[in-house]
Amino acid sequence: MIVAVASGKGGTGKTTVAASLTKVWAGPVQAVDMDVEEPNLHLFLKPELTGRETARLPVPLADQAKCTACRACAEICQFKAITVLAGYVMTFPDMCHGCGGCTAVCPEGAITEDYRELGEVLWGRSGEIDFLMGRLRIGEAMSPPLMRAVWQRVDRIGDVIVDAPPGVSCPAIAAVWPADVILLVSEPTPFGFHDLKLARAAFAPLDKPMGVVVNRAGLGDEALYEYCRETDLPILLEIPFDRRIAEAYAQGLVIAEARPEYRQGFLDLAGRVRDLAGRVRDLAAAPLLEARHA
Amino acid sequence: MPEITIISGKGGTGKTSLTAAFAHLAQNHVICDLDVDAPDLHLLLDPEHEKAEEFYSGHTAVIDRELCTNCGQCLELCRFTAIAQGPEGPTVDPIACEGCKVCVHFCPAQAINWLEDHCGRWYISRTRFGPMVHAQLFPGEENSGKLVALLRERARAITQEGNLDLILSDGAPGLGCPVISSLSGTDLAVIVTEPTPSGVHDLDRVADLCAHFRIPAGVLINKWDLNADQSQAIERLCLKKGLNLVGKLPFDPAFTQAMVQRMVITEFQSEGLADEVKAVWRRIQDLAGLRAAA
Amino acid sequence: MDKIAVSSQGRSLDDQVDPRFGRAAYFIVVDPDTMSFEVLDNGDSRAMAQGAGIQAAEIVADSGAKVVLSGFVGPKAFQALSAAGIKIGQGVDGVTVREAVERYKSGQVSPASRPTKPGHWS
Repeated sequence: MIVAVASGKGGTGKTTVAASLTKVWAGPVQAVDMDVEEPNLHLFLKPELTGRETARLPVPLADQAKCTACRACAEICQFKAITVLAGYVMTFPDMCHGCGGCTAVCPEGAITEDYRELGEVLWGRSGEIDFLMGRLRIGEAMSPPLMRAVWQRVDRIGDVIVDAPPGVSCPAIAAVWPADVILLVSEPTPFGFHDLKLARAAFAPLDKPMGVVVNRAGLGDEALYEYCRETDLPILLEIPFDRRIAEAYAQGLVIAEARPEYRQGFLDLAGRVRDLAGRVRDLAAAPLLEARHA
Repeated sequence: MPEITIISGKGGTGKTSLTAAFAHLAQNHVICDLDVDAPDLHLLLDPEHEKAEEFYSGHTAVIDRELCTNCGQCLELCRFTAIAQGPEGPTVDPIACEGCKVCVHFCPAQAINWLEDHCGRWYISRTRFGPMVHAQLFPGEENSGKLVALLRERARAITQEGNLDLILSDGAPGLGCPVISSLSGTDLAVIVTEPTPSGVHDLDRVADLCAHFRIPAGVLINKWDLNADQSQAIERLCLKKGLNLVGKLPFDPAFTQAMVQRMVITEFQSEGLADEVKAVWRRIQDLAGLRAAA
Repeated sequence: MDKIAVSSQGRSLDDQVDPRFGRAAYFIVVDPDTMSFEVLDNGDSRAMAQGAGIQAAEIVADSGAKVVLSGFVGPKAFQALSAAGIKIGQGVDGVTVREAVERYKSGQVSPASRPTKPGHWS
């Protein structure tokens, strides 16, 4: 099972929830930090890193000697990563999305593939938990290519808990796309509520079961709760606003461990997440069961 | 044209609430919400739309069932796993489609249509604090930075037409395309951070981003008293990296209370935290060279 | 004298120089000897999510201009124009297109050897 912990708004507590959920999760589990721009999960799970690799994106390398300035490459490229100007072929590797179009279209075979560095993929263990993360190179603008490289290293033997990036544009979608169930972490403030609505709208087309974790409950108003009732979004856990939680977080501690009175809440959350994911699978399996009993 | 951009690296540090307060305190300015993915500034500023425009960016491939011969070429070429074999032939998943045009170009039956993406909407509005430029990307759309660039361009036009003195922008979190687009050419970046391991870690990265693009940066430590040690560590980091510390604000529920009332902190109270926010704004103005020497 | 391309906010010599190269509204390509000119629409560049500067450089290169005058030119456009052998004059905003050309003719604009602003996405 793949669980994605996401949020429309940043700072609602995705990493807090992902870290605690991973710690209480029964059975083999891999924690994956997909917020490659600002990865934070490792600060709480404190893994011992055992491996790293540089992730690269193929970008064009043009041979001026073979180029006839036909401009086929410039015409296919949607991103201005390659162009022909005053008879010279020029490449702008930072702009490249790695689609391979120019390389494929050049009639003279003048384009070969070079690479641009996206960032790093790192992995290790935190106790019994397998750990995986990506870290974007400073100045690299695109997250999804590195996120795809991180996915290559996801181990499907056990369950996977993904700490997604905030927001609802392409990096968040890329992190949540492979999940079986999505947890939306929000807070009952006007900002939290507004961004929860955005998140639900963004993820709805992916057709996954979704549940809500309300963090800092008590600091805000009722609007978020009414919305969840109206839209049948189950609230799977409420973490009350508690300055001691904020302080534990500020110390880099995992809440389920640092504040044991909240551990049961996270255990319950784990059970409810399994139920939510399982409900869909049971529906899919039902016809098979009937056939066997016939 | 003086431009100050408030960013945060990590989400949830209070960037938007503080930008809203600065919008109240500033004079003769235009306000820009560059967090087009999950904008929140309008929740406090209550803009009245004067102008609304549709935003188009990029394209998506759509396979024409009638013309498709099921040759499978597009499936092989797509590097973004956006094309899958369905029961009636290959289909493009619009969420995964990168907009590279390779399948369109190489389809032997010319069966793939190239459709412009309607990604969002942007607005020029009036608020109680002055003119505002803002936008909303539709959920799940690519946030390439183009919409951010468009908003900044409009803001510049408004300052010129209205003889205004400042563009004040609420930037996007993270450090990818939209943040880079928010920062390029701005006069001062103010990084709002918090004294947590995530806050420190993300400050380090976003400060490097500012240095990479040669943008002068100031730092504001919000909720500093959640962890006085981490707060001091941030101050040492600022010294080490040559970042100006524009201020430290204590954790105060008044911030959220103001937000729930749809007010900015400097409207909600006239002393306490509000006074400290005013002092911070004066230091930011000094740093940006906006105030005559006292 | 070589033709000069000036980034412009409007379609005439009396319009203001557009301070931006990549996303300028128009390019006015002027024959400095006769002051006759043609107007190039830069709409295609402005429409691009990224790479506006490169697209604009292509438009200018195709026009046959050998000099560009603008406010600031980003590093990718700079690289593209330089590779095409086009001289770049920066910081020439705040005046009309006509005045910019006159300044160049009287030797007040020295071609830049590096872009004024660091790379950006806007």
